[in-house]
Amino acid sequence: MNAIELANVSKIYRRYSGRQFATLKSALLQRSILRDLSAAETFPALSDVSFSVPKGCTYGVIGRNGSGKSTALKLVAGITKPTSGTVKVEGRISALIELGAGFHPEISGRENVFINGIMLGLTKGQILDRFDEIVDFAELREFIDAPVKTYSSGMYMRLGFAVAIHVDPDVLLVDEVLAVGDEGFTHKCLDKFAEFRRRNKTILLVTHSLGLVERFCDEAVWIDEGRVMGHGDPKRLVDAYLTAVEKGEDTLLATTTAKAVEAAKRADGDAPHPAEGVIPASSDDAAGGPETASTEPELKNFFEETEGRWGSRDIEITDVTLIDKAGTPSFVFHSGEAMSVRITVDAHSPITDFVFGFGLFNAEGVCCYGTNTYLEEMTPVHIEGVVTASFDIERLDLVEGTYKLDVAVHKRDGFPYDYHRLLYTFRVKSRTHDAGIYRPPHTWSFTGAVNFTSEIDKLT
Amino acid sequence: MLSNLANLFRYRGLIQSLVARELKARYRGSVLGLLWSFINPILLLSIYTFVFTVVLPNRNPIAQPYAVFMFCGILPWNWFSSSLMEASNSLVSGGNLIKKVLFPAEILPIVSVLANMVHFFLGLIILIAFLIGYRHWPDPLGLLWFPVVVVVQLIFTTGLALFLSALTVHYRDIRDLLQNLLMFWFFATPIIYPWQDENVRQYKWLFDINPFTHLAVSYQEILFFPGPVGHATWLMVLAVVSVFVFLGGYWFFDRLRDSFAEAV
Repeated sequence: MNAIELANVSKIYRRYSGRQFATLKSALLQRSILRDLSAAETFPALSDVSFSVPKGCTYGVIGRNGSGKSTALKLVAGITKPTSGTVKVEGRISALIELGAGFHPEISGRENVFINGIMLGLTKGQILDRFDEIVDFAELREFIDAPVKTYSSGMYMRLGFAVAIHVDPDVLLVDEVLAVGDEGFTHKCLDKFAEFRRRNKTILLVTHSLGLVERFCDEAVWIDEGRVMGHGDPKRLVDAYLTAVEKGEDTLLATTTAKAVEAAKRADGDAPHPAEGVIPASSDDAAGGPETASTEPELKNFFEETEGRWGSRDIEITDVTLIDKAGTPSFVFHSGEAMSVRITVDAHSPITDFVFGFGLFNAEGVCCYGTNTYLEEMTPVHIEGVVTASFDIERLDLVEGTYKLDVAVHKRDGFPYDYHRLLYTFRVKSRTHDAGIYRPPHTWSFTGAVNFTSEIDKLT
Repeated sequence: MLSNLANLFRYRGLIQSLVARELKARYRGSVLGLLWSFINPILLLSIYTFVFTVVLPNRNPIAQPYAVFMFCGILPWNWFSSSLMEASNSLVSGGNLIKKVLFPAEILPIVSVLANMVHFFLGLIILIAFLIGYRHWPDPLGLLWFPVVVVVQLIFTTGLALFLSALTVHYRDIRDLLQNLLMFWFFATPIIYPWQDENVRQYKWLFDINPFTHLAVSYQEILFFPGPVGHATWLMVLAVVSVFVFLGGYWFFDRLRDSFAEAV
């Protein structure tokens, strides 16, 4: 038997003719009363969404911001009506959407508990029976007779949560409200949810905390842009969702990079090219990698965290592509996987003095690694025409974060042919949220009486 | 719509506690508390009495003692006008409830009307004190009509309150408009001048189409003028009209209901 059933549900929000508030005067003057009250523009929040939640099931709803999750929850709660389709709910609902929404600031917590409880469908007698339990749950015994306006936001939320959860609903709707308290309170909430599960109540949980969904939910649905992208086993669904998020990030990083390259090209076009043959005097510190500042006067300070592109273009970098372990261009990599940086250059004339350089920076601009062909004792002999260089990293042992690349071709003394500064952005993903920059491949081992379980204890 | 109306009955417990909350919250933090419910009408009455017995004396013999006469009309008018002012704003200020909680929105304007009805009843205590003070005894049989007038006014006011509250969600300037309209309406109603005045009789039809005329006159007939209540027919007509006003207001409210959560 299903506790919640959504069949082909669509919800179209109306936008009222652009203005925030219509005024009656203008409506009368323009004879637009009917037009203002009817839909001017529409915005589909949900389109053709169907899913059903069996009784006693804990059901997760995941999706990006603005995907329609909360709209779905409001429809289930009956706060708004679907534009088309049907929503069926069996049993008493309690919605943890906005905690303490009905609290009146001027009156005491005690009175608010009663009124809020009645709003949520309890009788006075029922609230009286549960009153102590509610107050203890909210940990507000000393303050219950103070006006609610004197409460801190945490106290306010806790009281709201305590009332809503003690309504003893058959169906509990939870919208991202677990973050209302400290660790202890959150644990208490989760215990309460577990108790609900034991008593075979239905829970619909909207959250961005994927760990919670994986650990807690029997089933889940993934909504994106108002459509159901899939439902079923939470683990599988979370994986699918994460992959899609990565894809989205990938596109975003691709545009970021394209924009940076484009901007650099334009800025470079405006700036005067370094005159041919202006070779820096101090050619003795010739072993300049990308991290050695060139004495070229036009060169920006290397340690400055600005992106850009400069150089004489005798050898021009025409393309830089990041390649993942499957051999496809990508902007999102997993920690510990392989990554290749493929650099295509075009040497417009035969050149004998050249160095390929590579630098890797994290989001704070810290150089994680830098090297060049000359440092690695590859003495240049000859280059001409289109050449592809591939910088292959066997294991990208970096912690999660956003990283940027420097790619350059220059002379041994540092004179740049083409220097691409922080133009290429990529993201490293990791399931482990470890700290720092570099993750050395490692294992833990113990001696003595130590026990661990792989069960995740962390909530979020 | 009918099922919604039936639902309303189920929510009477909620309405009751919200009215209580409204009354408690209004004077919470004020030194005199609920006494304001008495002080406000007394002050109002004093100034009107001063103006119309000393500055611009109303010497119409049928409206004496003037303070008592005027009070019979002003009390229900205050209930009426404050109800409408508060109700028209009720959905906007209670937006949080409509958007976040499963909550029948019509409760909010209804609570405004009922909370002001409680103030009306508290004001009646002052009126009774005045009646006793002036030794002005109303006809005891006529008093039986009193609950009828109150019910008619309640239905009529609630109908208008529902209509206005729904409209204010979409047109916020109703509030300002309403304030001026009520001022005009007050002077167009025989409250501070008696209905039997010859100058008033000239425009009888204008007064006849004003629904509040019949409420005010009914209160005056019951509480002030001697003899049997002479306005019963008009009151019954108004009762029927009020039911239609209520149903119309509720229908309008019901039609716009789904837009509240989005437009508030």
